[in-house]
Amino acid sequence: MQVLTRSPQLNSDGGLHHLLSIAELPRPLIERILTTADGFIAVGTREVKSVPLLRGRSVFNLFFENSTRTRTTFEIAAKRLSADVYNLNVAASSTAKGESLLDTIDNLTAMQADIFVVRHAQGGAPYLIARHVAPHVHVVNAGDGRHAHPTQALLDLYTIRHYKGAFEPLSVAIVGDILNSRVARSDIDALRTMGVTDLRAVGPLTLLPAGLETMGVRVCTRLEEGLRDADVVIMLRLQNERMRGALLPSAAEYFRNYGLTPQALRHARPDCIVMHPGPMNRGVEIDSAVADGPHSVILPQVSFGIAVRMAVLSMVASSQQEGAQRA
Amino acid sequence: MSLTLAIVNGRVIDPASGLDAPCDIAIADGRILALGAPPAGFAPQRVVDARGLVVAPGLVDLCARMREPGAEGALRGEMRAALAGGVTGLACPPDTDPPLDEPGLVRMLRQRSREAAGARLYPLGALTAGLAGQALAEMHTLAQVGCVAFCQTAALPANLGTLLQALRYASTFDLPVWLRPVDASLVGDGVAGDGPLASRLGLPAIPVVAETVALHTIFELQRTAGTRIHICRLSSAEGVALVRAAKREGLPVTADVSVQHLHLVDENIGYYDSNCRLDPPLRSAQDRAAIRAGLADGTLDAVCSDHAPVSQEDKLLPFGEARAGASALETLLPLILAWAQAQAVPLVRALGAVTAAPARILGEDTGMLAPGRKADLVVFDPQASWTVQPEAFHSSGHNSPFAGQTMTGRVRYTLVGGEVRFEAAT
Repeated sequence: MQVLTRSPQLNSDGGLHHLLSIAELPRPLIERILTTADGFIAVGTREVKSVPLLRGRSVFNLFFENSTRTRTTFEIAAKRLSADVYNLNVAASSTAKGESLLDTIDNLTAMQADIFVVRHAQGGAPYLIARHVAPHVHVVNAGDGRHAHPTQALLDLYTIRHYKGAFEPLSVAIVGDILNSRVARSDIDALRTMGVTDLRAVGPLTLLPAGLETMGVRVCTRLEEGLRDADVVIMLRLQNERMRGALLPSAAEYFRNYGLTPQALRHARPDCIVMHPGPMNRGVEIDSAVADGPHSVILPQVSFGIAVRMAVLSMVASSQQEGAQRA
Repeated sequence: MSLTLAIVNGRVIDPASGLDAPCDIAIADGRILALGAPPAGFAPQRVVDARGLVVAPGLVDLCARMREPGAEGALRGEMRAALAGGVTGLACPPDTDPPLDEPGLVRMLRQRSREAAGARLYPLGALTAGLAGQALAEMHTLAQVGCVAFCQTAALPANLGTLLQALRYASTFDLPVWLRPVDASLVGDGVAGDGPLASRLGLPAIPVVAETVALHTIFELQRTAGTRIHICRLSSAEGVALVRAAKREGLPVTADVSVQHLHLVDENIGYYDSNCRLDPPLRSAQDRAAIRAGLADGTLDAVCSDHAPVSQEDKLLPFGEARAGASALETLLPLILAWAQAQAVPLVRALGAVTAAPARILGEDTGMLAPGRKADLVVFDPQASWTVQPEAFHSSGHNSPFAGQTMTGRVRYTLVGGEVRFEAAT
């Protein structure tokens, strides 16, 4: 039986129309996003921190799941592009009254939305929205369930490229709750596409999903083995709110086995960088001495994140789909 | 209505006897009068010319939901769907609202079914009161009002003590029990078959052990209770192997699979297509291969539609929130033909999986063409191709994992009790 071949996030010219997942993005497109972000880094350091690329366009931050950091950086990115930004905490409003997801989208589209930045607890929700909206409307996935967090992966790529240059020779370890992490899935897709061959996923068997090997990842259950000679260490938040019961006995035992301490980090290369998508649980997945130490690039990640999100918003906004005349 | 009718010039296929030959059929008083030359003096009131068409027993579906009681008024549309799909007999699982656990509900359902003049309806009674898995349902009384078997529909009850007693009680009256091999505690919040696709999409996964642990439990309890058990809708290679071993051991067990699982795998979910949200979940290509092999070697007895109409409001949702199920009565026959074609299964054998075999499991004297048998028949064009348009379904559910696909094989006439109840517009 047939399977869709063209990714629903690309337009007929192969350009970025929506950003739903990293998985189907070709490498040149990812590189174009990173290069576009380069140009926006400077905007943030100027006295006037905006460019008029999205003047008159409406960006709706549609968060069906709570988030402060991601929503704020998207808001800053859209404002620096001179867009009109509307933040909707949908979790607390319409869906609580029983309105369906697509009804909410229809209502907001009637308010002349141009771009939806969507976070949703269900994997695939942004695909449903992207299939539903008019051709001139764009959808950017700001995190869906356990599936994808593509702008986080792009900013992680940006950060790695900034500190390490080429991707191909790198050894990268992703440590923690891979099972429940959309960041891990998007990072794995992104790093594989960019040519990283030594990619390890580190965690207890309860936090490693089936079939990781088919995603081009080496599975390690011991932290030291996973960190050995790594150039890049990506720590994942231990998402307590996502835990469904019996996956781990305690945060303390987890920290003893998988917490990134200065001692554990000695197994990695001396010039390694340590990343974390935030927010961190100090003393659970990462020791403060590492989080604030010389290897940490956690705060630069946040700054790069704004430029990367500016790049994504400006690129999808400039995509023309066939028949995409505004009503 | 005691119409006399002849179906002439057709290719008659009867899986029960192995017949596959050009042949005429004479029908009188709702039953088959003769195959081949009609009795002297037979002057039919109507003659159906089946030149170029196949005449076969009407399909018998081991799982088709009418959504009544619950969605009152739905039954008529679902019965139209059944007839349009060539289905002349269908077993209705008790997962209605309320569940079919008392005689009044069963009588009402049968009454509505008679009024709808659709396919024959075989109610499946609840094994436990309210399907709650706590107390036994009145199985003997339910059997007297027409329930043909007793089910626990979603999963095995958490309380295995109750299940064991229910099996013993059913054995007392030699009532068959139909079970879904699902251990709910191992399903958890899973929505997709465990494997690379679920991992990639981040969908909570349903492991194969949810099926195999349940099968081990069922067979172990069956060894002590002795009940006849039908296993509903297997999904995994390991599950097929366990059923094969149980049959070899001599346990009185039969099993079916849904036609969707005969064709689809988890990769068909693609970009979160909620039309592929099914229960049991779609699994790997290896699992599908094992299901096909199981059907070929007789481990699996029958194929059912697992028809489950779902409203668009319940389907147009993120994959994990969408209600499981598909409208499947109207695509059952062409999907059986497609399987026969792809796997080089002779048509007479392939049709057996949706006629003679399920009728045998139901204990009904339908599903075969022989003088004296009920004249439940389907006449179909094996060459006609058409495109699946769920919005045009007779069913109240307008979704299908096969939407937009081309099917070969279209029903022309459906007869129940010698009466033409469906006739395709030509």
